[in-house]
Amino acid sequence: MTDVLIESRPDVMMDLDRREQGDVRTEEMLVNMGPQHPSTHGVLRVVLRTDGEMVLEAIPHIGYLHRCAEKIGENLQPYQYIPYTDRMDYLAGMNNNQAFALAVERLAGIEVPPRGKVIRVIFAELNRIASHLVSFGTYGLDMGAFTPFLYAFREREMILDLFEAACGARLTYSYLTVGGAHHDVPEGWTERLSEFLDYFEPKIPEYNNLLSYNHIFVKRTGRIGVISRADAIRWGLTGPCLRGSGVRFDLRKAMPYDGYETYDFDVPVGRDGGTDGLPRGVALGDCWNRYYVRMLEMEQSVRILRQAIARLPDGPVIAEKVQGRKLPADETYVEVENPRGQLGFYIQGDGSAIPSRVKARGPSFCNLSITTHVARDVLLADVPAIIGSIDVVMGEVDR
Amino acid sequence: MTPESICNILKDRFGGVIEDAVLEGARPYALIRQGDNGRWPEVARFLRDDPRLGFNLLRCITALDLLADNKLACVYDFLRVADDGGDALIQPKQTWIFAVRLVTDRDAPSLPSVADVWPAADWHEREAYDLMGVVFDGHPDLRRILCPDDWEGHPLRKDYAYPMEYHGIPGTTEYELTNPYH
Repeated sequence: MTDVLIESRPDVMMDLDRREQGDVRTEEMLVNMGPQHPSTHGVLRVVLRTDGEMVLEAIPHIGYLHRCAEKIGENLQPYQYIPYTDRMDYLAGMNNNQAFALAVERLAGIEVPPRGKVIRVIFAELNRIASHLVSFGTYGLDMGAFTPFLYAFREREMILDLFEAACGARLTYSYLTVGGAHHDVPEGWTERLSEFLDYFEPKIPEYNNLLSYNHIFVKRTGRIGVISRADAIRWGLTGPCLRGSGVRFDLRKAMPYDGYETYDFDVPVGRDGGTDGLPRGVALGDCWNRYYVRMLEMEQSVRILRQAIARLPDGPVIAEKVQGRKLPADETYVEVENPRGQLGFYIQGDGSAIPSRVKARGPSFCNLSITTHVARDVLLADVPAIIGSIDVVMGEVDR
Repeated sequence: MTPESICNILKDRFGGVIEDAVLEGARPYALIRQGDNGRWPEVARFLRDDPRLGFNLLRCITALDLLADNKLACVYDFLRVADDGGDALIQPKQTWIFAVRLVTDRDAPSLPSVADVWPAADWHEREAYDLMGVVFDGHPDLRRILCPDDWEGHPLRKDYAYPMEYHGIPGTTEYELTNPYH
């Protein structure tokens, strides 16, 4: 990894050489990056051991948003716990609702009606687009590009309007719930969604021209923070971080849920630069590829959404009598493909309606744990590039 | 691969170390005999490296408080990501999951660390230590991860007493101090 880095960055090589030869007398310094820092996306504190511009080691310290949500889960019925899942990954509330609901359904043997399943797919994919838009916009901000952020939020606002029309909330939805969706979408909603998709699809190439292929952006993110395939799996990375390293693994394909096996879509992965119109200067598993996988995933989400609108069946959206249902004395662990990776919920029942243990496995939590391994002997300015490309939401890291 | 065949492979290799297996439930798992907890890293390495199993991705470590039995338990959930270095999509038939449960005494909870088998275990074990108080022997850096370093007790234990004061911050609200009754 260091070889790739050094090859692309003669300036880094010079710094390292001079340090080794002892030409420059420097002192190591500990620098606190965060918890209040614009590029740590919330309250993440990273302690950097620096030598001049070089970061020798970066150690993340988390927990500033810890609310012990798992303890709350031991005191509430599952349907009452749904609003707490919203507040974990607050940029992908729908996906969190879906993950927790699926885990409860698996444990209690609840069957979701067909219309409920399709509605869940629609909202999960819409939220995936909204979440990736934030990721795209803020990553541009981290790299010093302000304009793409405004473009991203313009389109995200339309998605939030659609969510608001369906459930009244713009961020913490609690719409997808145990047994299906809380209620049906309003009349004319799918037509509005189709209009949005027609508007949104041509915007993706526009984003790519604005930011993805921008020379400065590629220079800032290409061949930076390279994670090998083996390391990505060893550190438990999932989602775009795993696929950015070239592993074509997606839970929606490998362990389908909510009928994803019946939709036709591709799973994009990272690639080396210079081929197929990709810019030179990017490498498999680097920050740019992790970012670009998200751009490609938005296209696939649009594809899934169009199929879902076309097949939306009639009927109820929620199973009957889910509130107050007793959970069997058993346990389950279910993961779904969240925008950030695999979000898992462990639920243990004890025969009553309230679970005896609820555990959330946040994808951001696992993805962030690789920071120390990746951000070693990098430039100070590369640390925001690396952390931004992992796309963490601290609400989910700390829970 | 079915949970039965995974469990049989484990039993063939480790015999009595695998005390029990729950294969009928919502998510099957194998139970390691408490006296053999010291062999857990060996079992973990086998789970990861055996070509028939190949559980290369540790998904989650869940710590449980079994207050009635005066025990703590840890459940390790794995996933196989069939990465052959190629570009092909990984299919459902190549993907399988399994879980292993270990039990330890509640008064002196201790389990061997598997952070060198799956680096992903590093933070998960720190979390289990922080919130449930399970001590992982051989962990490279066993510190609290979510709670402050000077926090007392382990919040997810069933008999955890909520602190009424922390560095001068009261653990109750002004509203509660007025002793309202409804």
